[in-house]
Amino acid sequence: MKKTKENATKGGFHYYFQSKSGVIGAVLLFLMVAGSICAAFGWLPHNPLDQNVDHILKGPSGKFWFGTDQFGRDIFSRTLDGMRRSLTVSITSVSIAALIGIPLGILGGYLGRWFDVFVTRMSDALFAFPAILLALAIVSSLGTAWYDTAISIGIVYTPIFIRVARGPVLATKEADYIKVSRILGYSSPRILIKHILPNVTAPIVVQIALSLSWAILTESGLSFLGLGTQPPDASLGLMVSDAQSLAALAWWTLVFPSLFITIVVVGLNLVGDGLRDAWDPARRSS
Amino acid sequence: MQRVNALQRFIFSAVVVRISTIATTLFGISVFVFIVLRVIPGNTITGAFGIETGVLTPQQIAELRHYYGIDQSLLSQYFSWMGSFLTGHLGFSFSTGVSVLKLTESALPVTIELALIGTILGVIMGIAVGMFSASKPGSFRDFGGQLFGLLALAIPGFVLSTAIVTIMANIFHYFPNGLEYMTPWRDPWVNFQQMMFPGLVLGIAVAAPVMRTTRSALLETVDKDFVRTARGKGVIPRKVQMRHVLRNSLIPIVTMTGIQFGYLLGGAVIVEKIFALPGMGRQVLDAINKREYATVQSSVMIFAIMFVTINVLTDLVYRMIDPRIK
Repeated sequence: MKKTKENATKGGFHYYFQSKSGVIGAVLLFLMVAGSICAAFGWLPHNPLDQNVDHILKGPSGKFWFGTDQFGRDIFSRTLDGMRRSLTVSITSVSIAALIGIPLGILGGYLGRWFDVFVTRMSDALFAFPAILLALAIVSSLGTAWYDTAISIGIVYTPIFIRVARGPVLATKEADYIKVSRILGYSSPRILIKHILPNVTAPIVVQIALSLSWAILTESGLSFLGLGTQPPDASLGLMVSDAQSLAALAWWTLVFPSLFITIVVVGLNLVGDGLRDAWDPARRSS
Repeated sequence: MQRVNALQRFIFSAVVVRISTIATTLFGISVFVFIVLRVIPGNTITGAFGIETGVLTPQQIAELRHYYGIDQSLLSQYFSWMGSFLTGHLGFSFSTGVSVLKLTESALPVTIELALIGTILGVIMGIAVGMFSASKPGSFRDFGGQLFGLLALAIPGFVLSTAIVTIMANIFHYFPNGLEYMTPWRDPWVNFQQMMFPGLVLGIAVAAPVMRTTRSALLETVDKDFVRTARGKGVIPRKVQMRHVLRNSLIPIVTMTGIQFGYLLGGAVIVEKIFALPGMGRQVLDAINKREYATVQSSVMIFAIMFVTINVLTDLVYRMIDPRIK
């Protein structure tokens, strides 16, 4: 019981690092982000685009840590560069989804009436759809540049943020302290930002972590289908797609990019679990 | 008499509400699909004729625009598309000259069969692992179950499919999907072999959330008073598990399964491509690659209708297993 008192004075981060999955997730994610940053600055053992006829489909070695592909390109460098692209696209798309979805959800929940009906109907219609299929349709008309992929995935995940933001707003809107604020004559923007927004933060932060993981799966799925990053640029989905015909001869072409996608998605999911545990008072006690 | 009337009115209004929700949802999707595919690309003609568009005279282009109806206002384009869609005219595929309705007739059963197999496998795996995990929370087996759930969530379907195809084809020299696709009516055995692995890949994707839901629902129900009562009055443990705990946990599990069944249709796009199955997913993908927007538009709408239908069915099943919902 003494511990509870101590915890009460500390912030959410203290709880976060008490959760085992949160810590493991943070470590995995940190490794992936660090690798991507190295790729962004070009700190890679080889240029991801450099072809080398003398080293075609060589297994992992001291020189090529993850082996080489059918053009003699270094798979380690390409995997990190692909991870950088995946993370860029997913962070951009989730930012788009959050920046459109959260205000719409909060306003819909707070204002009610026709605006709310419009917003919920719109998000229901978008929600009533497999994400990758919708992204596929949008990408087919936008194009295959990285921002096109990001915009499509962003549109697809907007309804999730509308829902996540709207729910807590509906719940807190009727609370006594909000009524008091209204009687005191506070303006709507002030009530929304100072009193309602803090209640929505926790579920949204959890949602961001989970959405990032889905966005990575969707992005790599799209590039696997040839509708994302175009060759010769490196992308995890494209590398797996190439490996379809190579894996029998060279397992490393399939294993390493697949492993990295899995690690980053596992990492984000564990971080999501950790955040949920840290913010949810009901779960804290258990 | 009064009572019956009230009940009838209630059922009637419930049906009306349901139908109007479905209608507005489908309307929203159709507008969205229309906007995405008609307005953004702007030019069906460049799409259809590619570089040859440059050879056409302005008059020919105008005639083509008139032929495809893209010289009309967007609103009338939308209504003419909806009108023909609703009367079964789904458009033609340029490259094959076959109507989209004909294409769909052969592709839809493939996807539905695949989705059913995937869902059944997913539910069996998900509930089994979930029960296994929940039987001893915090134990090693619970850890194993949760690890399964996490990996099933994190390993993308295309990775799993690629790995299965590589292993089966190169180590066991077995790849039934290399043969021509067989419908279950023509050759059920070959069809089963062709559907087994793609179904398994989709099933694993469904199993992850079903497993998580099962686990948490079971853990929540186990602590309820009626379970303690059942134990107290001497019901054998297995019966407590199956009839009292599992039965009462079914509602969230069914809901989750319904949601997943819908998303599985999306997964079908990737799996059908890898396993060379001629389903709806491949139809959409082929159409996108060939820039046949009519086919994409209609196929995507068919996906939407399937998805909405599944949601309604989930709701019905949900009412069946929960006698409290009347």
